[in-house]
Amino acid sequence: MKPSPAALQRLVVVALWTLTATTIGVLLFIIAYILAHGLPHLTWGFLTQSPEYMGRKGGVFPMIVGTLMVAGLAVLIAAPIGVATAIYLTEYTREGKRTAVIRFGADCLAGIPSIIFGLFGFVFFAITLGLGLSVLSGALTLTLMVLPTIVRTSEEALRAVPSAYREVSYGLGSTRWQMVTNVVLRSALPGICTGVVLSLGRSISETAAVMLTAGSALRLPHSLFDSSRTLALHFYILSREGISMPNAYATASVLIIAILGLNLLAYWLMRRFVAKVK
Amino acid sequence: MKQDKAISVVLLLVALSAISGLALITVFIFKEGLPIILRVGGREFFLSSDWEPSAGHFGIFFMIVGSLAVTAGAMVIGTIFGLGVAIVLTQFCPAGLAAVLKPAIELLAGIPSVVYGFVGVVTLVPLIRTYLGGPGLSVLASSIVLGIMVLPTVTSISTDALQAVPRPYWEGSIALGATQWQTTHMVMLKAARSGIVTAAILGMGRAIGETMAVIMVAGNPRQIPHSILDPVRTLTSNIALEMAYASGDHRQALFATGVTLFVIIMLLNTVALVVSRRHAPRRGAR
Amino acid sequence: MQETKIEPKIQVRGLTAQFDGKLALKNLNLDVFPRERLAIIGPASSGKTTFLRCLNRLNDLDPAFSYSGEILLDGRDIYAPDVDVAELRRRVGMVYAVPVPLPWSVYDNLVYGLKLAGIRDRATLDERLETAVRSVALWDEVKDRLKEPARNLSGGQQQRLCLARVLALEPEVLILDEPCSGLDPISTGKIEDALADLKARHAIVLVTNNTKQAARSSDRTAFLLMGELVEVGRTADLFTRPVNQRTNDYLIGHFG
Repeated sequence: MKPSPAALQRLVVVALWTLTATTIGVLLFIIAYILAHGLPHLTWGFLTQSPEYMGRKGGVFPMIVGTLMVAGLAVLIAAPIGVATAIYLTEYTREGKRTAVIRFGADCLAGIPSIIFGLFGFVFFAITLGLGLSVLSGALTLTLMVLPTIVRTSEEALRAVPSAYREVSYGLGSTRWQMVTNVVLRSALPGICTGVVLSLGRSISETAAVMLTAGSALRLPHSLFDSSRTLALHFYILSREGISMPNAYATASVLIIAILGLNLLAYWLMRRFVAKVK
Repeated sequence: MKQDKAISVVLLLVALSAISGLALITVFIFKEGLPIILRVGGREFFLSSDWEPSAGHFGIFFMIVGSLAVTAGAMVIGTIFGLGVAIVLTQFCPAGLAAVLKPAIELLAGIPSVVYGFVGVVTLVPLIRTYLGGPGLSVLASSIVLGIMVLPTVTSISTDALQAVPRPYWEGSIALGATQWQTTHMVMLKAARSGIVTAAILGMGRAIGETMAVIMVAGNPRQIPHSILDPVRTLTSNIALEMAYASGDHRQALFATGVTLFVIIMLLNTVALVVSRRHAPRRGAR
Repeated sequence: MQETKIEPKIQVRGLTAQFDGKLALKNLNLDVFPRERLAIIGPASSGKTTFLRCLNRLNDLDPAFSYSGEILLDGRDIYAPDVDVAELRRRVGMVYAVPVPLPWSVYDNLVYGLKLAGIRDRATLDERLETAVRSVALWDEVKDRLKEPARNLSGGQQQRLCLARVLALEPEVLILDEPCSGLDPISTGKIEDALADLKARHAIVLVTNNTKQAARSSDRTAFLLMGELVEVGRTADLFTRPVNQRTNDYLIGHFG
């Protein structure tokens, strides 16, 4: 006997919500598991000291600095390039061959796995350009990785600005650039910042690409040309080599907290953006 | 306006950086990896499972199988859960809850892959070993971990596709007396089909490309897996594991592995782009 | 009523406009005189808005647009290669059918055009702002709300704000595209009253779908039909004794 549509629906709804609850459950479990094991060891000392005995003791201060340098520099370079590309695509050309080529480039770049970026960064930045395993090599590699994300989110933010605003600006005697900076960017800024913040999060989490380009030095990096170990890589090494589980958990906790903070920031920015262009 | 023309040129040059970057990557990866494929011979490189760098043997077949197996498993889990969540978000979820659910899924996407791998190794792998047998480090473990990692991608693109279905489709179906689920599977899913397929293909691309999480739960032996409980080595893991100490031919062979990966993913992404562009709504004309 | 010895402010000669080959205006010849209100009436798709947007070269934004003919402002072709388009748009200010306040404060909306023109001095900005807002009878309503978001104003207030925004630039010509569509009768009245005062200092071109509005608040009226200028003349004459049969048919409502 076939179940009635209403009964079938009830069944399906239960199944779907089970899937959803499982998913959310996994998310909460991962966060809770890491924090539960790691927070007890996350002391102020841990954050401000350098590692000793390959990380068996001590803290992760150089890793924090290294992560900030690599990820920060990557976003610092990628953001202007990405936003400029988005501005060009939305405000300065019509859809055509040129935009198709640029979009194709960005879309393909988005699909390349991080390990390939690592290989490229190694052979191009580290070897061919002679930058060696360094913060700079890592940052430049990550720049290419996050560029498509910034272009895509910036484009969406720019397109969301109503075209009527642009006409009004022209009607009052603006040049295109004045219109873009005064009207469009001003409204699109929170949306653009969301993309930048998410890219920062991605850069911080990245391991495979930085492993092959920034190296894994334990010392505090003093310049862009020094090799440096990021938090994510440090966590990987600590856990895989079994060097120190408590420190591994603590390192992961720092990562999780940073990601949570960045996601919260991105969420808040997105809400501001939606309010602005409504 | 002269100033506007000048700005336009500058912006164009900057905008070309994305495609120049892509061109550079393609050139260098192929430059480093292609010669050894030619030297060892395509048949030996792609079809043999004998990976012994110290003896100069470079056969990656078992890793191709490994990557495909793990990806297939990941797609089963990733699409079921990912599409399920997307359907819930768009069809069965009150707005207030959706506002919480969506950021939660985005948070899932933000968790570092090494954390996924680690939690997988300390919780999932022992579970599999105890209740299902085998070493625990397995195709199954990799598929589950990858499936969860790929889920946000599938959910987000599917959600966009479902939300892009014109509201009159939904209203028309409901007005005819259909239940929400009937509307969903007979009207909405069908209309969003190409977007959902795109989501799956892009998810697949992400799964094949994932490295760190898989290394930690897969076991990485030099052999073909014969069941989902067997350990497995993927193309990506191989590169990450051996690059640190590889040199000469060995290093070139790792680049060649990268070339293989690159080609597979480019193919997948091209298919995805073609599918999505063919059915996508027109981008707003300026 | 002025004698024809007055030089026209704008002279349109043989204007033909098309979008991707589709004709919107056919060989239009029309003058706009200083200190007059010229109403442009006609059914939908007769080219009224296209005509208006030619006057401040806003049609340039549409890549499908092409034209032939001349539009002279004070005797000089506005399409001449050395013309500063931004400057032209300050001299010929436009108000749109739907009020579009920018998502900023009332103050920022009003001074935006001035800042674009390079005026930064706070005192000048405030002075020009107040003059403009007073001339649309909006000052008392917004003088204490200058820092509020412009979106908080009512529809009628927003449209007067958009008019004031343009007036702050002290344009020589005002072009308005159905500015009162969607406004209540009181707001409509306020805008028509403002225009009656403003014609002393500006040439005004008013596109309207509402023939009654044209009849009561213009000096001359031009009737456009399918891109052609059918007839133009003093408003009173055109409405009571139209020369062309088609004008008559439109006015009595045979088609709309």
